[in-house]
Amino acid sequence: VSAPARGFRDPGAVEALRGRLAALPHPGRTLTFLHVCGTHEQALARWGLRRLLPGWIRLVAGPGCPVCVCPPVEIAAASRLSLRGKVLLATFGDMLRVPAGGTLEQARAAGGLVEVVLGPAEAVALARHNPRQEVVFFAVGFETTACTTAAALLDDPPPNFSVLSVHRLIAPALEALLALPDLAVDGFLLPGHAATVTGPRTYTLLPGRTPAAIAGFEPVDVLLGVLSLASQALGGVPAVDNQYPRAVRPEGNPLALRALEQALRPVDAAWRGLGVLPRSGLEPRPEFAAWDARSKFRDVLKDVSAGLDGDPPGCRCAEVMTGRLEPEACPLFGSACTPEAPVGACMVGSEGTCRTRWIWREA
Amino acid sequence: MCVATPMRLVEVRGHEGTAELDGVRLAVRLDLVAAEAGDWLLVHAGYAIQVLDEAAAAETLALLREVDASREST
Repeated sequence: VSAPARGFRDPGAVEALRGRLAALPHPGRTLTFLHVCGTHEQALARWGLRRLLPGWIRLVAGPGCPVCVCPPVEIAAASRLSLRGKVLLATFGDMLRVPAGGTLEQARAAGGLVEVVLGPAEAVALARHNPRQEVVFFAVGFETTACTTAAALLDDPPPNFSVLSVHRLIAPALEALLALPDLAVDGFLLPGHAATVTGPRTYTLLPGRTPAAIAGFEPVDVLLGVLSLASQALGGVPAVDNQYPRAVRPEGNPLALRALEQALRPVDAAWRGLGVLPRSGLEPRPEFAAWDARSKFRDVLKDVSAGLDGDPPGCRCAEVMTGRLEPEACPLFGSACTPEAPVGACMVGSEGTCRTRWIWREA
Repeated sequence: MCVATPMRLVEVRGHEGTAELDGVRLAVRLDLVAAEAGDWLLVHAGYAIQVLDEAAAAETLALLREVDASREST
């Protein structure tokens, strides 16, 4: 039995889709489609998919890297917990080098306890194995990841475990992007794995009847999504078209949605590049206050600030993250700012748009 | 961050299981899916977040082949 992904990398299928895109009538102007998923950017760059699209389709990257959209003050809070709070901070490897005044990597060098984990279950295991050590899971990610944090909270975690949540929701960011005066979006390529959890319904209220298509991450998946967006934009009926049915069901993943609802609640939250968006973040519900690092370590976290509000001088991550600037157009890209010596968050996160473009750049 | 890998579930122990891809085995949490051994899972951050629908996958690919064939015959 072949892996389910295999057929979706088939060169013949890719060529057929390229042909179908090429056969579409030219709309007389460039159409801009925006994706909001670092994994989509990786697929586009890795497989060279942009080159297969007709010249009138521009596919740009939005705020799809959860590490990148995490505001500096949250990283400062995590650093302070590891340094002053004497807690063991467990988080995804991507978080360690995100600039925020200081990075978590620097906090670790200064004696802070910072451990990289695969996910919340591993953080819980750390807490169980070290019962006298407070373990805080610095929880970053969209719905895809938030449901795993919820599952950990619901699975009777030990008292020395807690969560510092910077989880974010995708749909509020899409609405904020549509409201930006200097960004014209003709369609959204929606993230297949966030939609696996939520189902398509979360996206039905997109203003302006903006075309939207949920897509997976293999070459055929991405091209099917773009073809759907182009067809909708060229006079089809705008919809939330599901082009990833092997993972995305109409109802999403009911068990994951129930876990999210039972353990976490939406709150207003800040995004790097977009500011505070209403009900765009998730935090533990009041019943889980004992496992909420913000209430558990209220005194340690009082008056925390990053000493840095936006991006470092010269850094244009905020524009890159909102689809208003191609990474290659940033003067720092590849010269002052590289994965080895990153200036901005987009060059740090493994799904950051700048990092992906730099790593997969054309020779 | 939202990278999720299709893996075959080979063993179930309550809310935990073992998944395999190309000979690599990984412990996965099954809190968020109703899955049985043999299922293809989408695995993210140590948790299965979906059971992949193999029939839907086959259908997408079949549709693609059909359109392809009709293009060639016209």
